[in-house]
Amino acid sequence: MQSFDLVKPSTLAEAVSALAADGAQALSGGQTLIPVMKQRLAAPSVLVSLGGIAEMRGVAAAQGVLRIGAATPHAAVAREAAAHYPALAKLAGGIGDPAVRNRGTIGGSLANNDPSACYPSAALASGATIVTNRRQIAADDFFQGLFTTALQEGEIITEVQFPIPERAAYVKFEQPASRFALTAVFVAKYANGVRVAVTGASNDGVLRWKAAEERLSANFSASALSDLNLSGADMMADLHGSGDYRAHLAKVLTGRAVAAS
Amino acid sequence: MPKDEIANKGGIGASTKRREDLRFLTGKGRYTDDINIRGQLYAHFIRSEVAHGRIISIDASAAEAMPGVAKVFTSADFAQAGSIPCGWQVTDRHGKAMLEPKHPILAEGKVRHVGDPIAVVVAETLDQARDAAEAVVIEIEELPAVMDMKAAVAGGDLVHEELGSNLCFDWGFVEENKAAVEEAFAKAAHVTTLELVNNRLVANPMEPRVAVGDFEEWTGQHTLYTTSQNPHVIRLLMGAFVLSIPEHKLRVVAPDVGGGFGSKIFHYAEEAFVTKAAHILKRPVKWTSTRSEAFVTDAHGRDHVTKIQLALDAQNNFTALRTDTYANMGAYLSTFAPSVPTWLHGTLMAGNYKTPLIYVNVKAVFTNTVPVDAYRGAGRPEATFQLERLVDQAARELGVSPFDLRRQNFIQPDQFPYQTPVAVVYDTGNYQATLDKLVEMADVAGFEARAAESKSRGKLRGFGLAHYIEACGIAPSNLVGQLGARAGLYESASVRVNATGSITVFTGSHSHGQGHETTFAQVVSDMIGIDASQIEIVHGDTSNTPMGMGTYGSRSLAVGGSAMVKATNKIINKAKKIAAHLMEASEADIELKDGVFTVAGTDKSKTWVDVTLAAYVPHNYPLENLEPGLEETAFYDPSNFTYPAGAYGCEVEVDPETGKVEVVAFSAADDFGNVVNPMIVEGQVHGGLAQGIGQALLEHCVYDENGQLLSGSYMDYAMPRADDFPMFQVDHSCATPCTHNPLGVKGCGEAGAIGSPPAVINAVLDALHRGGFTHVTHIDMPASPSRVWAAMQR
Amino acid sequence: MTKVTMTVNGKAVSAETEGRTLLVQFLREGAGLTGTHVGCDTSQCGACTVHVNGQAVKSCTIFAQDVAGAEVRTIEGMAHADGSLNPLQQAFNDCHGLQCGFCTPGMVMASAALLANNPRPTEAEIRHGLEGNICRCTGYHNIVKAVLQASGQTDTQGVAAE
Repeated sequence: MQSFDLVKPSTLAEAVSALAADGAQALSGGQTLIPVMKQRLAAPSVLVSLGGIAEMRGVAAAQGVLRIGAATPHAAVAREAAAHYPALAKLAGGIGDPAVRNRGTIGGSLANNDPSACYPSAALASGATIVTNRRQIAADDFFQGLFTTALQEGEIITEVQFPIPERAAYVKFEQPASRFALTAVFVAKYANGVRVAVTGASNDGVLRWKAAEERLSANFSASALSDLNLSGADMMADLHGSGDYRAHLAKVLTGRAVAAS
Repeated sequence: MPKDEIANKGGIGASTKRREDLRFLTGKGRYTDDINIRGQLYAHFIRSEVAHGRIISIDASAAEAMPGVAKVFTSADFAQAGSIPCGWQVTDRHGKAMLEPKHPILAEGKVRHVGDPIAVVVAETLDQARDAAEAVVIEIEELPAVMDMKAAVAGGDLVHEELGSNLCFDWGFVEENKAAVEEAFAKAAHVTTLELVNNRLVANPMEPRVAVGDFEEWTGQHTLYTTSQNPHVIRLLMGAFVLSIPEHKLRVVAPDVGGGFGSKIFHYAEEAFVTKAAHILKRPVKWTSTRSEAFVTDAHGRDHVTKIQLALDAQNNFTALRTDTYANMGAYLSTFAPSVPTWLHGTLMAGNYKTPLIYVNVKAVFTNTVPVDAYRGAGRPEATFQLERLVDQAARELGVSPFDLRRQNFIQPDQFPYQTPVAVVYDTGNYQATLDKLVEMADVAGFEARAAESKSRGKLRGFGLAHYIEACGIAPSNLVGQLGARAGLYESASVRVNATGSITVFTGSHSHGQGHETTFAQVVSDMIGIDASQIEIVHGDTSNTPMGMGTYGSRSLAVGGSAMVKATNKIINKAKKIAAHLMEASEADIELKDGVFTVAGTDKSKTWVDVTLAAYVPHNYPLENLEPGLEETAFYDPSNFTYPAGAYGCEVEVDPETGKVEVVAFSAADDFGNVVNPMIVEGQVHGGLAQGIGQALLEHCVYDENGQLLSGSYMDYAMPRADDFPMFQVDHSCATPCTHNPLGVKGCGEAGAIGSPPAVINAVLDALHRGGFTHVTHIDMPASPSRVWAAMQR
Repeated sequence: MTKVTMTVNGKAVSAETEGRTLLVQFLREGAGLTGTHVGCDTSQCGACTVHVNGQAVKSCTIFAQDVAGAEVRTIEGMAHADGSLNPLQQAFNDCHGLQCGFCTPGMVMASAALLANNPRPTEAEIRHGLEGNICRCTGYHNIVKAVLQASGQTDTQGVAAE
């Protein structure tokens, strides 16, 4: 990979100021960024490690909201969110593998917005709020297509706030090689309705399946989806599956998530 | 001997724990990448990013001025070097030699696959070499990629213009049978036809390839440390054909090697590069492959497209078989590539059956892809997959049991030795026995109950059967010479008995996971009767081992072990002469048991150490007719292949909603002949099964139409993981020992990968048929969820 | 270049690093501990697994400077002080849980972390827990047996003889 300087601030303020440098980029768990840098597809001149900032780590629940520090690794979320938001904890405990979960972070995953990543579906289905050093962004506004988010230059996710649903489940169908989501669905039922987010499938990245949300809000059972279909034309197609296959999986997995919630 | 006693003695038949584990479990293994020589430089290869193109220009001037750069190499630096040779020449149906292109160390004029090396930056550090590589300016005129084998043969763009065709050879076997086979098909009561693909694979040993070249100016000695299964073969090919270095000035060392599976048999450009670059730069040069680089440089495996047909008479006897196969060679001929779809494939098309007439046609084709060569099983998995899928399909079409159809057509136990219509003679076997064993192990009787239970959970359960045979112990040199091999395929061993009785065995076989250091010692321990801890097995260094051909084709024990037995017998014969002298007895009366020499009918005895000491301190010694010392070398050239065989049963559950296939049980009943270390043999089967099941369900090397590799990393090439498998049930009790090697062994390394793919696919099809998807006659490998789902939709 | 110091297997180790120096390079080249291997470049194979502050991580996907000062444990630090194998290593030997040995260091480190978090895992938990470690030789069968044995769930005799 190309040469760069690594800095490791211990406060958010220091991190923000370090990120102002030309060619600076934030490094969270690095589980995606480092492989990309090895391929020389990313070449920051300064990497600002967020791993030493205590204020960006931790899991806490209060007033029906689960707050997760952006630099909290998946393994910690899997452990610490289990009592408050089991579906989210299960999702965190199924990302990558144990060693990846000890390093990879929720903030890094959301900022990267890989179309096959797990966390974006949880944030979107939960109507989460992404908190940055500058503002609060609703999940509905945050995800803006493949590897694209509302984050601006120098903006760092500091915390994610998940309203805790009445019921929820995440069902992932793994791509056989990478074990990212070939397609996965997060269903969350709140007092004011059901939200359904599909990851791994769409050409536009994580998406809300609003037709399914309407049906499930009226009748929270898999049978409510029976005559609904997503179009394969808008779905990703690759050697692991066609658009039609992904569209089909999204429906099957939504039903399974409802049943599992 | 009772089992306990065998195990205690650690001889043949004992599941002795592996001695090599101790270094591997403590991080003390010495793999090639662990070797760093003072003053070493690092090589970074600049490789083609297009599948096919003409090199217009290479400008390395800016790179050569960058920090730490020693030199940027291009093909001009290797103008004197020879072509990387192909070790096997196939003669086609018309008596014409195969087309054989030049394979340069670095691309000359054209690039022919993504990954083809164009230039190499050598620098003080690897990062400096990589940084400088970005400053090398290469202009390439992209040409249309030759990808589809049938289209490539029909005409159009050529991978090698100078050859005039993309058809490497058009092989017919047995050509003289062709007319009789046609006639049998014309008279058949039933003909079953399948068209299938044997999916392209990447071997993926966990250790990527590494090569370190070193040169000693004062002696002119070249040394290459490399990740090879056969250091002597590399020394021969690279020294004699590529770099013109005589063998006494070239040492090749393959230390601990992290798996090979065939991909580390071959001589690769990087080996020649570092050897020559070290000579030119007068400093050691190291190259370590990244995994991404491995995907575009390690020889790939399989990639056959086949139409196969079986003719049966009215009583369901197989009367004839014919196949048409297109075999992908890739862009150049890798070391043993032409042998794989021909002699390692056509000769196995009889399988376990007494089909009297067989004709195999293979068209080998050049494409703009990585060269294809032997991968675990090499030709035999392709033969077995076709045949065992076809027999299952025939049973389905005829409405008979796949068990019964196989049994009816098996070569019967009393028919051995059995001459097949495809040249080979099976020495022993009992296919009924292995199938009976499998039926018991897999609890075939209980299958319907398990299928009903699966159905209650919404899953489709299926059972798949496959029977296989393979030709191992490669190979009789005179025979393979006639078939086009440009090398002998004997094996060698030197047994050096030290003065105080310990033994060092130098073997030409190479261990890269097979456990030779343990099992070979067991054999010698058993023969002499001294503890295995007194025996050391040395391999992997051409400077101290006799010329050997290395490890592949399940040949180490059958061929290398036989050489060691031969050499050890020479030792025992000489030791008996010495013992006879010491005890003033007749040599004919000397017996060796448990490391003690006795004179029959007397109470005289001498220990092993008494005799070995006498050999090296020959004060009381028959010097007039016996040399001092106790060291013998033997070369063993087998008189036939060995023929392991077995019955495999796979049980799957298919999720009808997603198409996902789960292997829920797998049983393997193998006949490997005699077994030296059951623990290691079972481990070999487990590993083979994982690769075969991986081929059937997960692994697929995929190119797009422009020759870009779509599955170029573990993000897209599905490597089997721990949770893809159940515990395996394996058995090797149905043994019919090999009749023509001294240990009666057949080889076990490839069986699992050969027998399992058709068992898995047969199981998937059984599940789909049981689920009502009766229109599905075949699913190509890998039977990935999306493919199975798509098949159900038709 | 920046000097980085870590405690590796109980001993302080220092080496000059660049920002891009990976932990695995620090260990192999800086500390001379070549037991930790590199088998891929996409953070999938797990051959480079080590423990950092008690947790299993992939040392090819961490920068050395990012974990300066950490407590690192590698395969070289797993055996008993007298050099004898620890129970997990011994179980791999007893069960023939390795062949070529290349994935073994990572597999042992991942298994050790798995057992630290879950001392008596089921077969399924072991298989799932090792999904980040690829072995090409064993078909995982004997690795799973070894981890079961190390957790006291099978008798040593039965495993090797079966």
